[in-house]
Amino acid sequence: MSKIVEGLLYSESHEWVKVDGQVAIIGVSDFAQSELGDITYVDMPAVGDEVEREGELGALESVKTAADLYSPVSGVIVACNTAVEDDPSLINADPYSNWIVKVEMSDSTELDSLLSAAAYAASIEK
Amino acid sequence: MDKITCLHSRHIALGAVMSPFAGYDMPIRYPAGIIAEHKAVREKAGVFDVSHMGEIFVSGPDALAFVNHIFTNDASTLEAGGILYGMMLYPDGGTVDDLLVYRCFEPERYLLVVNAANIDKDFDWMQQNCASFDVRLDNQSEAWGQIAVQGPEAEAAVCTLLGFEKAAALHFYTFYVQDGCIVSRTGYTGEDGFEVYAPTEEICRMWDLLVEKGIQPCGLGCRDTLRFEAGLPLYGDELSADISPVMAGLSMFCKLDKAEFIGKEALLAQKQNGVARKLVGLELKDKAIPRAGYAVLDASGTQVGVVTTGYRSISLDRSLAFALVDSAFASLGTELSIQVRNKVFPAEVIKKRFYQTNYKK
Repeated sequence: MSKIVEGLLYSESHEWVKVDGQVAIIGVSDFAQSELGDITYVDMPAVGDEVEREGELGALESVKTAADLYSPVSGVIVACNTAVEDDPSLINADPYSNWIVKVEMSDSTELDSLLSAAAYAASIEK
Repeated sequence: MDKITCLHSRHIALGAVMSPFAGYDMPIRYPAGIIAEHKAVREKAGVFDVSHMGEIFVSGPDALAFVNHIFTNDASTLEAGGILYGMMLYPDGGTVDDLLVYRCFEPERYLLVVNAANIDKDFDWMQQNCASFDVRLDNQSEAWGQIAVQGPEAEAAVCTLLGFEKAAALHFYTFYVQDGCIVSRTGYTGEDGFEVYAPTEEICRMWDLLVEKGIQPCGLGCRDTLRFEAGLPLYGDELSADISPVMAGLSMFCKLDKAEFIGKEALLAQKQNGVARKLVGLELKDKAIPRAGYAVLDASGTQVGVVTTGYRSISLDRSLAFALVDSAFASLGTELSIQVRNKVFPAEVIKKRFYQTNYKK
């Protein structure tokens, strides 16, 4: 059973979002890390990069595969978590406290289209 | 519907992530994960289900002549209990399969161990080419199970836990038979280890015993990372109908001084005239990971090759790849680059055996 944290928003591509004012803190769900297995590389965007909702945000790579990350919101990258860049296994160990990037949102109404914890839980049950 | 091996229900019970491979539903990794399984083999021991591999027996008065007709290595050098690695080739030098040939203890009898994905193709190929030989071909792939026990503690596991006491005395690439089981000092990991062939119910009993005693079950995920580090090819990636052993750098397993074998003339021509592409090792000078299919570029950005296998090496913590490149770019030390998604990283041609293997001589 994958762990899903209440109070976060989720995308169908398995990113989570924690909203902090105008900033979206973004990571990947427990389901995503467990599907990937041991994560060995984070292909990080750069601070200052503009991202679009559902546009490419970088990639997570496990031993066997590379999985693209998609931005749940539009905006500008304001921070990258260098701790997970240095040690990607932190995402396997605790995907919800180890965020990947922070995005300053250009349109916070985009959050309305993301899934609640319950809706995300239902979507991965399918 | 994928086929299953005799150990399938055990993989499910152990919580393995399963995936189709070569027509079988096979374990890719267990809950320990690929990295832990890989390290278990490098540092202690691991056990793999390789029951999907094919076992084809060749017997009869012309068994040796037939094996030598279809096989690149020289089976006449084998004594009973000896094993050789080599390939079966098409007349144009393309590879039908890579395989192990075991000379059995009974006279005029050989065991050919072939890749799971190629069993039917190989058996057809052998039948098509045996008309002028007095041999019997017997595909026993369904009747035999196989486990590989690999790693520095594999000898203790096979001798003590499984009771194959004579296994300790085996040299690399030799085998013996005990109670109907073939115990072979071979493997696909770069470590010392054994492969045990037995009827399926015996394989299940041995698997349970090893797992119960704490030997790490290992999936096909780490089988691939281990063989890759050891510089070993995988049919379909580094060998194929389009990739000859000369292109793959495996000429040492092709005895061109043998009277004849299918593909010999083509290999001689390739040796003499050179080949268009060669398989090389590449080290990418970044933590980014090269993957199969990624483009290899020269200094001007022109594509000169393609990655066939690539990983962030678990044992070496380096980003490494096998790639097929235009021969002009295949010399050690050549500076190339690899396109990883939308970025390009410098890479250097290095030796393919990335990891110092630990075989028992």
